[in-house]
Amino acid sequence: MASGQVSKRVKFKSSVKDPGTPGRLFLTLERLMFKPNSPNSATKLNMEFRFVKNHKYTKEGSNKAPMLNLTSSQGVSYIFEFESYDDLHVCKECVGKALSKTGETPKPIDTSEVPSEQPSTEELLLRMNMLRENGELQKLHMRFVSDGILTEAEFWATRKKLLGGNFSKKSKQRTGLKSFVLSDTKPSTDGRTNKVTFTLTPEIVREVFAEKPAVHQAYLNLVPRKMSERDFWSKYCRAEYLHHAKNANAGAAAAAEAAEDEELALFLKPDDILASETRRKIRCVDPTLDMEADEGDDYTHLPDHGIVRDGSKEITESQHEHYRRTLSQELNRHAAVVLQGTPIDEEQLKDTQSVAEALKLSKQGQNASNEETDMNTNQDRLSRISKMIEIDDLQASSDLPLAPLSIKICDFESRIPRDYFDSQQATALKNSRDTSIGNDPVKRILSAEESYASLRDSISHVKTTGLINPIITPEAAVKVLSNHGLSFLDTLPNTSKEELLYHWTSLQELLRHYWSSYPITTAYLYTKVNDVILLSE
Amino acid sequence: MTSVPSKLYSDDVSLVVVLLDTNPFFWTASSSLPFSQFLSHVMAFVNSILLLNQLNQVVVIASGYNTCDYIYDSSSDASQLGPENGKMPSLYSNLLQKLEDFMIKDEKLGKEQSQRAIKSSLLSGSMSMALCYIQRVFRSGPFHPQPRILCLQGSPDGPEQYVAVMNAIFSAQRSMVPIDSCYVGAHNSAFLQQASYITGGVYVKPQHLDGLFQYLTTVFATDLHSRSFIQLPRPAGVDFRASCFCHKTTIDMGYICSVCLSIFCNHHKKCSTCGSVFGQAQSDTSSASDLKRKAPET
Repeated sequence: MASGQVSKRVKFKSSVKDPGTPGRLFLTLERLMFKPNSPNSATKLNMEFRFVKNHKYTKEGSNKAPMLNLTSSQGVSYIFEFESYDDLHVCKECVGKALSKTGETPKPIDTSEVPSEQPSTEELLLRMNMLRENGELQKLHMRFVSDGILTEAEFWATRKKLLGGNFSKKSKQRTGLKSFVLSDTKPSTDGRTNKVTFTLTPEIVREVFAEKPAVHQAYLNLVPRKMSERDFWSKYCRAEYLHHAKNANAGAAAAAEAAEDEELALFLKPDDILASETRRKIRCVDPTLDMEADEGDDYTHLPDHGIVRDGSKEITESQHEHYRRTLSQELNRHAAVVLQGTPIDEEQLKDTQSVAEALKLSKQGQNASNEETDMNTNQDRLSRISKMIEIDDLQASSDLPLAPLSIKICDFESRIPRDYFDSQQATALKNSRDTSIGNDPVKRILSAEESYASLRDSISHVKTTGLINPIITPEAAVKVLSNHGLSFLDTLPNTSKEELLYHWTSLQELLRHYWSSYPITTAYLYTKVNDVILLSE
Repeated sequence: MTSVPSKLYSDDVSLVVVLLDTNPFFWTASSSLPFSQFLSHVMAFVNSILLLNQLNQVVVIASGYNTCDYIYDSSSDASQLGPENGKMPSLYSNLLQKLEDFMIKDEKLGKEQSQRAIKSSLLSGSMSMALCYIQRVFRSGPFHPQPRILCLQGSPDGPEQYVAVMNAIFSAQRSMVPIDSCYVGAHNSAFLQQASYITGGVYVKPQHLDGLFQYLTTVFATDLHSRSFIQLPRPAGVDFRASCFCHKTTIDMGYICSVCLSIFCNHHKKCSTCGSVFGQAQSDTSSASDLKRKAPET
């Protein structure tokens, strides 16, 4: 993509009904090219984008296959059917770019006019969505763009980040591998002879290398020098075949054969590289992890949950223990590889040799960083362990009169400031601690009679002297008035508050455009600045 | 009351039921606000409500430590005919006289009863009385003042009253009677916070108690209709913790009967409220997950 070239596997069709020719579509900013898979097919295409007049594509979510339809200026349409919508999106973007570029380039770059840039349909959609979701933005848009004060492009130019943020959010997810590829190395047998045929493509080889580092290592060591590529893979397949044969005879045969052939043994013995990697991963596990604590979270101890296990059956199958272990390890490994995705581009998938080299390079980089993180994690581990070790002498006594920890589930009114809750929490705690003590331990010594008497006293005091005069001192009144804890905005009625905020945001917007037009180099900018000044006044 | 032409009862006529906390244990311990000062503020406030509208009506209910009672009703004629001694309007002297009688009665009752651990006042009782009074007003005819309840409380919450208070709150909510609360105690009152939150009233905990009158007049004097036009103090947060039914303690985590929603602080074989028999906990490890969390939500 960096070079601006995109290549995807597609089916080329001259009409929708056409079954299509499978092949590859190459897109650059200048031209598009279609190469059919079978070299003797006649349908080839190589045209420049400036002849493309129009492009259409199927919407995602519809039942139709992902297709891109390009119409040339002669009125001929070229239909490409993609393997997935992701491919379609990539190409669509590329075509959009290419078309907008070719649309621009014919004109000599004009210096005085409006900076016009045709946004892609995708970007337009994004803008529409933004406006729909953000009411404030919509108001601003209405006021400035619909009234012709700012152009659409200007309005959005200051918000590139907003749009860009959304773009990057989409592509951030790392794509994994297709899981099915990995299991595809099934041998095919022709019924008559005992010959077993494996079909390997560079793609499959890549997966094999990724999943089995030992094979990768062996390939790098052996292939060009010690044995031919073909020999290597046939050995590998042989090992694989023996491994898959489940009966004990084959296992024994494999062992015997391995004894004779050291290269074959390579594939059959447990993978050292994997093992060391696993050890490294185990070291990364938090040493304070308490698996027992999680026991209550699973349901397996409840009836009707999990796999029913019959202890009596398991004892006899102890020799399968190893098999079961390796199987689960393989499954995990497979899952990890699929999720990890691949560092190798489609471009490099030409032959197995290049695949091996590329994989090696990427792994080297990874290892370097791994070593670095290893150092860090080791430090981390040690400090964490030292933190977690309980020293008996320093333990707090466990029966403090503290209220149990209460976890706030949600604040359903997010308007309420966070710190309020924290203070509230603290007072709640304090409250629960001293409710049993009462208010003031000293005053509580007063007996019931005394307190009733004192209360009656104060009633008769009011009776004889009347109400205090003045009821409230001016000082107290001022204190109450100034202590309502509201900002100036909050004291305004809601409508005027909204209006004020609206004016503020629109002024902000105008100012932004005002400063973005400096330095004033063209007449257009000059008029724009004047407009903005007029408006803000 | 019946002689008043009914059309005069516009939407800004209010009936305010004031629940006055007369818990002697609180007031003798309270150093920041003496009871006499509190009474002055409240009586001046009651008077100002009556002056706001000719048809406004105020009822004062004292919630004591052992009992509660009506101590003032502006609609009853008897209260108008007090001894006027020149020093103070009959409203005040009547109220004070009734209050003094009430205190004597309260003390007498206290001698017969054992003392509670938490010196709370009978908020649930006075709330129920207020609601009964309001129900009577509702049933007097189609035209009546807009009722609301104002709790002037200082004593801490009594967890043993939890169920009664909650029931009162919910019946107030059903009859659309807002419960305003002004809490003058040291900490926030969870009961009153919940009461005001649920019924759509206002909860205020004044910062400066010597300006109590100002809080009362600026926040609680406005009738329900005018409230929509002014900025009232917003609820900053509500303590939603409940009391368990078995030991009446405030808890934030406990067991809940799946049938009647009674709350317990520990596991019971049988629900004491509805009699449902609970199943055995699965095992020691799973019993921990049976604990339903009832945390303060805000």
